[in-house]
Amino acid sequence: MLPDDHATEGGRALLTVDRLTTAYRGLIAISEISISVARGEIVVVAGANGAGKSTLLKSIAGMEKPRDGAVSFLGKRIDTLPGHEITALGLAYVPENKRLFPRLTVADNLRLGSYLHRSKPDRDAPLETVFTLFPRLKERLGQRAGTLSGGEQQMLAISRALMTRPALLMLDEPSQGIMPKLVDEIFAAVQSIRKTGVTVLLVEQRLAESLDIADRAYVLQTGRLVLDGTAKEVRDHPDIRRVYLGM
Amino acid sequence: MTLQAFLQVLASGLLMGLLYALIAVGLSLIFGLMDVVNFAHGEFLMVAMYATFGLWLATSLDPVVLMPAVTALMFVLGALAYFGVVRFAMRARTNVGMVQIFATFGLAVLIQGLAQFFFSPDYRSIPKSWLGGKTLDIAGVFLPLPQVFGGLISLLAFAGLYLLMDRTDFGKALEATREDQGAVALVGIDRNRVFALGWGLGVALVGLAGVVLAIFYYIHPHVGGPFALIAYVVVALGGFGSVFGALAAGLIVGVIEALAATVLPPAMKSIAVYLLYLGVVFVRPSGLFGRL
Repeated sequence: MLPDDHATEGGRALLTVDRLTTAYRGLIAISEISISVARGEIVVVAGANGAGKSTLLKSIAGMEKPRDGAVSFLGKRIDTLPGHEITALGLAYVPENKRLFPRLTVADNLRLGSYLHRSKPDRDAPLETVFTLFPRLKERLGQRAGTLSGGEQQMLAISRALMTRPALLMLDEPSQGIMPKLVDEIFAAVQSIRKTGVTVLLVEQRLAESLDIADRAYVLQTGRLVLDGTAKEVRDHPDIRRVYLGM
Repeated sequence: MTLQAFLQVLASGLLMGLLYALIAVGLSLIFGLMDVVNFAHGEFLMVAMYATFGLWLATSLDPVVLMPAVTALMFVLGALAYFGVVRFAMRARTNVGMVQIFATFGLAVLIQGLAQFFFSPDYRSIPKSWLGGKTLDIAGVFLPLPQVFGGLISLLAFAGLYLLMDRTDFGKALEATREDQGAVALVGIDRNRVFALGWGLGVALVGLAGVVLAIFYYIHPHVGGPFALIAYVVVALGGFGSVFGALAAGLIVGVIEALAATVLPPAMKSIAVYLLYLGVVFVRPSGLFGRL
């Protein structure tokens, strides 16, 4: 199945990934993956462990150098840019291991998120959004990031990414390793984030929950794209129902 | 020892200690930032001394007036050392630590060779300056003015460094880069830029010390070595990468050295410093304020 053109209907895609191939030490991790994300969408990339989901996000974010293919963001080729320039263009990425600055306080981690923005309004506006999304971060401002619980660290990582004022937020397994109660909170936050005008590309193993909030989904298997469609199409696909949703 | 003599030794030791701390802090800053030990640190001190001497010859302005210009020059040289040498050494795929050691060691040999070639191995000094040869008499304790000035500059530099690290975005970027240099791109920070500015800052700090030393010390191509050796002791004692550990350790080293000089033959005064260093390394290998 070819990548659909939902995303490009009535306007250009925010993010276009065209036949992207990335290898680690000669081993192909993802092969000729093409996806696109339109402004305002929540798109989920699903698949089992080792399917290449994280590699895909790393390659888009400039943390891994793709071997072949192209990535365009806001109409600009970004696959040759260093990671910090990609962030500056408005593409924020929360990696699986979050990569917070553990010895720095929550406040300093947030402050670093707005490093690119010098004016006070550019710093205060996203801070307000973040505190509305995750009020408990406000109580933890003076605490070192490394002392937060897993769920709070995830909230901080998402918040730090939002402080960069992105157009697109890429989240890698935000529900991993956190309490079930907080998982719901994170998924609810993703929906609220979209309402603030930020597009979301989400990598998840929890397929059922992520399809509930997503507009469209791509399914990867051993580095290849095997299925894509609207969230409903993917949810109703017989293979998906059998393999992933256990129905 | 009379109380007065003791106070004299203590004051001289503290002043020299402040200068040692100022020499060492740049080394510690660079190490903390990127785990690179700069073996050319003493050579940067030497270059700053020659720069002060050369500018004094050319302009006959006092070293105190020349300080900002020399510091700025050293900042640029530090950033250039990163962009021209260290950046490439960090790209090594195997044995990165060794490659970095030899890269900065090679830089040291190069700078020394150039200094010998262009400035000759002759000893130079600045014979007349505002502070040179003058002393301050506080209740019978005599303090040489150049060292008093050096101590003040050192304290100001540490205060400035504290404000920079604690209050500014750049200070936070430095801290974040030392925490996780691979993650700063996620917030849009270019780590190469932070590294270059870190080298600039570290070398500018040793440059400040170079200007002070040029006022009262002989200037020659090998002048950096002994000071660099003390700087390594200070950094190890204070804790690798700890900026304020360097301040405390510098003061400790200065005082111990001064006290040792009163009981040991002059040629052996450094022994006490190195014994202290060995003791600390055995008991607390991470140094007094180290994180390792």
